[in-house]
Amino acid sequence: MKNIVTLIAGLMFALGLVLSGMTQPVKVIGFLDITGNWDPSLAFVMGGALLVTLAAFAVTPRSGRKPWFSEKFELPTRKDIDIRLVGGAALFGNGWALAGYCPGPAFASLYAGGLDIVIFVAAMIAGMYFATRLSKR
Amino acid sequence: MNYLPALAGGIIIGLASWLVLVSLGRVAGISGIANAALFEQGQASTQDGNWRWFFLGGLIAGGAVFAAWLAIPVPAPRSPWLLIVAGLLVGFGTVIGSGCTSGHGVCGIGRRSTRSLIATCVFMITGALTVWMIK
Repeated sequence: MKNIVTLIAGLMFALGLVLSGMTQPVKVIGFLDITGNWDPSLAFVMGGALLVTLAAFAVTPRSGRKPWFSEKFELPTRKDIDIRLVGGAALFGNGWALAGYCPGPAFASLYAGGLDIVIFVAAMIAGMYFATRLSKR
Repeated sequence: MNYLPALAGGIIIGLASWLVLVSLGRVAGISGIANAALFEQGQASTQDGNWRWFFLGGLIAGGAVFAAWLAIPVPAPRSPWLLIVAGLLVGFGTVIGSGCTSGHGVCGIGRRSTRSLIATCVFMITGALTVWMIK
């Protein structure tokens, strides 16, 4: 049951990404092109998502309550702002703007995005591997 | 206009994130889920079953079905080198920076995390700067 519910969550996530335009690199790059021919429509994606998650995280993880399929809520707890957070986010922004894909839309485009996305996802997984290796040292 | 599908899509993404939160008690960050599924097997962080593979399976299968259903055009081919550099930066940066557009942008800001707000501002700014430089 747990895996079926997560499969549904993955399908919903994909529907949201495809419907919103996040899987179209041209739109993503147009959204980041604030000094040029700016296409602000993708700001509504984050706006719409935040309408739900701001309410969800305020209401759902209460003390004394458990998730449906696990013993407790396991949310990130770190509060420190360090060089890894800022540097990692900076590099991610560079890559996101170069190709127009962030991880979610990249996976959601694996079948429909042609050979380009296969190359991108392979490189992305290699980048994750290098970062994981580096973090373990 | 294209604001309505963007808003509707965003709300659906938010609902999917809520479903992961309420059912598993976890943050729906795609880079984190993928990295844990691929490279953290056997560690304490992945002792909660193989739900990550089902989530990624749904994401990939859903992406295929809905792109066909909504007749989303296939992007024009680009330089493989650009895609390799971009992919490496996205994979490396999201793991080092502990999240991407979903983990920091949608869930992190949603749970009012200062770390995620800062990360989101940083990747938006470097993204905009990159587009400005390569144009």
